[in-house]
Amino acid sequence: MSLNRKYIPIVVTILLFLLMFTAGSFRYTGFFSLQVLMNLLIDNAFLLITAVGMSFVILSGGIDLSVGSIIALSTMVSASLVQQHGWSPAVVIPLVLLMGAAFGCGMGAIIHYFKIQPFIVTLAGMFMARGLCYVISIDTITIDNPFYTSVAQTKIALPGGSFISISAIIALIIAAIAIFIAHYTRFGRNVYALGGSEQSSLLMGLPVARTKVLVYTLSGLCSSLAGIVFTFYMLSGYGLHAVGFELDTIAAVVIGGTLLTGGVGYVLGTFFGVLIQGVIQTIISFEGTLSSWWTKIVIGLLLFVFILLQRVLSANRSSLKQ
Amino acid sequence: MGKLYKHHLFWPLCILAALLLFNLLYSPDFFSITMHDGHLYGSLIDILNFGAPLILVAIGMTLVVATKGIDLSVGSIVAISGALACLTISKGTDQNALGLIVISILLAVGLSVLLGAWNGLLVSVAGIQPIIATLILMVAGRGIAQLVTGGQIITVSSSKYSYIGSGALATLPFSIFVVVLMLVVALLLTRKTSLGLFIESVGCNPTASLMAGIRANWVILSVYVFCGVCAGIAGLILSSNVSSADGNNAGLWYELDAILAVVIGGTSLNGGRFYLTGTVIGALIIQTLTTTIYMIGVPPEITLVVKSFVVLAVCLIQSDSFRAAIFYRWKTRHYPGEKESIRHVS
Repeated sequence: MSLNRKYIPIVVTILLFLLMFTAGSFRYTGFFSLQVLMNLLIDNAFLLITAVGMSFVILSGGIDLSVGSIIALSTMVSASLVQQHGWSPAVVIPLVLLMGAAFGCGMGAIIHYFKIQPFIVTLAGMFMARGLCYVISIDTITIDNPFYTSVAQTKIALPGGSFISISAIIALIIAAIAIFIAHYTRFGRNVYALGGSEQSSLLMGLPVARTKVLVYTLSGLCSSLAGIVFTFYMLSGYGLHAVGFELDTIAAVVIGGTLLTGGVGYVLGTFFGVLIQGVIQTIISFEGTLSSWWTKIVIGLLLFVFILLQRVLSANRSSLKQ
Repeated sequence: MGKLYKHHLFWPLCILAALLLFNLLYSPDFFSITMHDGHLYGSLIDILNFGAPLILVAIGMTLVVATKGIDLSVGSIVAISGALACLTISKGTDQNALGLIVISILLAVGLSVLLGAWNGLLVSVAGIQPIIATLILMVAGRGIAQLVTGGQIITVSSSKYSYIGSGALATLPFSIFVVVLMLVVALLLTRKTSLGLFIESVGCNPTASLMAGIRANWVILSVYVFCGVCAGIAGLILSSNVSSADGNNAGLWYELDAILAVVIGGTSLNGGRFYLTGTVIGALIIQTLTTTIYMIGVPPEITLVVKSFVVLAVCLIQSDSFRAAIFYRWKTRHYPGEKESIRHVS
């Protein structure tokens, strides 16, 4: 059976995930259970949501470094409004989502209309959001609002005695919507075209400006939603939440087989990229003796392997064209 | 007068002067320097001393940016280098032995060369985008630094080692001399030999420079190695200043500050031209800003917001589209001083 070349990275990612999970199951007792699989989703729900937004940005040929800071800002704004000002969560959550979207929209507009590299604009956005957290407060704000605690503690029972959290379900829904948007809508197709070649999409008459700004808006929206999920997870707002998170997110997208130059990749790959990061962490926690820094080193190595793989594959393709 | 405006150092120097002036007005003894035990003390000396690692990293970053690259891994290299040096010293029987200090410094700098070469190889030979290539080391590097230190903060009690970061030579902090040495080396290499021209040429167009007979790959590789070495030495200064190595937090956000310093200094992120002296002034501006904010008593975290505005403003001024937008504005309004106003922003 011959495999279409464009599916190789995603197949490698899925096989890698299965391999790691199988290896873990053989090595550790109690690893092979539905609950461990569910915990991957529960503990990485916010990573999944952010990575989905980041996938669109990277598919369009850009990069968003501000996601971690927007998560921190979202936790901070939610905590401050709910806890210190006594606002209702029903008002705060839409407000936070709107704020994230507006933040992303602003960055996208600057990137497109002033033609500054996305890297530097989102870097400035990252500084700004992180700084705004400290303007709100430099201390942790703990949340004991009944709505937040009840969402955090709700366990939805699954057959087989395992459970899943509301955050994980939100993440799964977001991933499903994203897969639909990426592959079955006009906007998704525009994103792929934009990532393939901005010049060509412009000549084809695609709405480049709208797509580009929307992509960053979407990423901002996803990050703030991830921030809300993160608030459920941590039950606090703090300016140092999710430091360095943008790199985890980019790593998840890259490990998922998305080409960093844009135009090639699948949201489903990102889903498995997140799961792979989760499995690495789970294995390290089951191992017990290995320390957390091994996660970083292993993720760095995986990143290297995948980038090299992409490089080899794309080099092959361009030589085929000639 | 018109020529003065056009000089690339004009605006950075103006900002620096304005910052210093503000400090003078805010606290009159800002410029006072006192002599104590053969050391000079004062806010200005502090700025130079604490700014030294940043200036070093930024000098290396300037050359990388000049080749249209970017090095995100400098913060991690700072952490690894400091960790390795402190580990070597803490393992020694006599922590003050000169031989041990020299070996630890050589080890740390040697490792920085290797790490820089790794980045350079990925960019030049493997042809990976610089942001991504250095991202790998940025992620893995902090893990490596923690691996070296075993997740702990290694403290050393070596007066000879702490000399690098807090010793004094001819009444001035020793770190300043290290910075000046590296700056002079970089300036001589890039301005007195054709290396600078090669770097600019590669930054403009690697393929064209290859056709012109420049080994683009070697230029790119050496630039990343130089950047690695600068970051490694900065790591030595930082760790010796506090006599300890912290794999987790040492050099955190350094890559961003260094890039900011380079951009403020007038070097374009599009590659092809670079200003080392501009970078030094950019780094000094950042350090002065940080010191000022500390002094006023505003929470230091607010620096981030200020920095973000500075990055945006500088980038907007560099952006052709933004300038065109302003130009268009002036034009439709038939502003009489049109030419002058354009000169200001360019």
